[in-house]
Amino acid sequence: MSKFAKKKDGDLPAVSTASLPDIVFMLLFFFMTVTVMKDSSLKVENNLPSASEIKKLEKKDRVITIYVGKPTPEYAKVFGSESKIQLNDKFADPSDVGDFILMERAKKAQELQNVLTTSLKVDKNANMGIISDIKEELRKVNALKVNYTTVSGDAFTNLE
Amino acid sequence: MGRRAGAPEVNAGSMADIAFLLLIFFLVTTTIETDAGLDRMLPPIEPPDTDVIIKQKNIFQVSINKNNQLLADDELTELKDLRAKAVAFLDNNGDGTCSFCKGAKDAESSDNPSKAIISLKNDRETKYSTYITVQNELVGAYNELRNRESMRLFNRPFVDLEADYLNPETDEDLKDELKEKVKRIQEMYPQKLSEAETSSN
Repeated sequence: MSKFAKKKDGDLPAVSTASLPDIVFMLLFFFMTVTVMKDSSLKVENNLPSASEIKKLEKKDRVITIYVGKPTPEYAKVFGSESKIQLNDKFADPSDVGDFILMERAKKAQELQNVLTTSLKVDKNANMGIISDIKEELRKVNALKVNYTTVSGDAFTNLE
Repeated sequence: MGRRAGAPEVNAGSMADIAFLLLIFFLVTTTIETDAGLDRMLPPIEPPDTDVIIKQKNIFQVSINKNNQLLADDELTELKDLRAKAVAFLDNNGDGTCSFCKGAKDAESSDNPSKAIISLKNDRETKYSTYITVQNELVGAYNELRNRESMRLFNRPFVDLEADYLNPETDEDLKDELKEKVKRIQEMYPQKLSEAETSSN
């Protein structure tokens, strides 16, 4: 009697599928952790300028984002090619910014309402006029903490 | 030993452990991308009760026109020279009251870092990218001076201290210690960057 039994030809062993759930769960967890919920689809061009002296925006729940830029080609026909403000999913005028901030602020927890930061995601090619209007509106509703969101890099590349 | 039909089944019991190992690895290594940018405070809308008279020499006026040209203290300046100029202005120590400054002590420039104000003015037609670059250079000037003092006092750059202080993962005891250091440096070179209302022509 040999210690090692010979294989019979054509009889394949069944591959164990016991670990399949684990693999699936692993993938599931992986994607759960890396996915960032997209809360609004961008309707404006948004090439952020670069800067080197930046600070991180920790704590996502304390940030209100305002997008500014030219409408993307599909919206350009309707809204023109001048820089526009996007609040949540809609194009808006500078005069709507104040209401938007107040509304977003009301949604947040009481203790966070005084520590909110407004993140301005503005396209490189926008003019300062629209930014000044937004800043004026922000001052009116006392949302004084702003963050000019940029990508990290050499600031002089902006000028090219 | 009994003869078995076919190959012995592969033990799959440890597969779950491998899967969890991978899962934990990815959990630890992936970071959800956080945004970063230049933090600024806007001036409150109500004007202060008392009118503070600021000497002209304590104001460093930076204006950007619609052609993205830069005027710093009434001189046409290249963007790359702005940081050095701002540093020279802040660190000037005109009245000799600042013990740690290394400036030129020019009587025509700022008295003391705590009195020095940088005023930034822009046109409505100014491009946002230029504005950000200017902001970046001005913040850079403050950081340069703060880093210098921080290196001298605590042997660590200020931006490091501040990043650690703001990092939510830093533990509380260390935070209190950092807070004092950050505060001390901030008081040496307070960031007084005023953004005046835009000129409209």
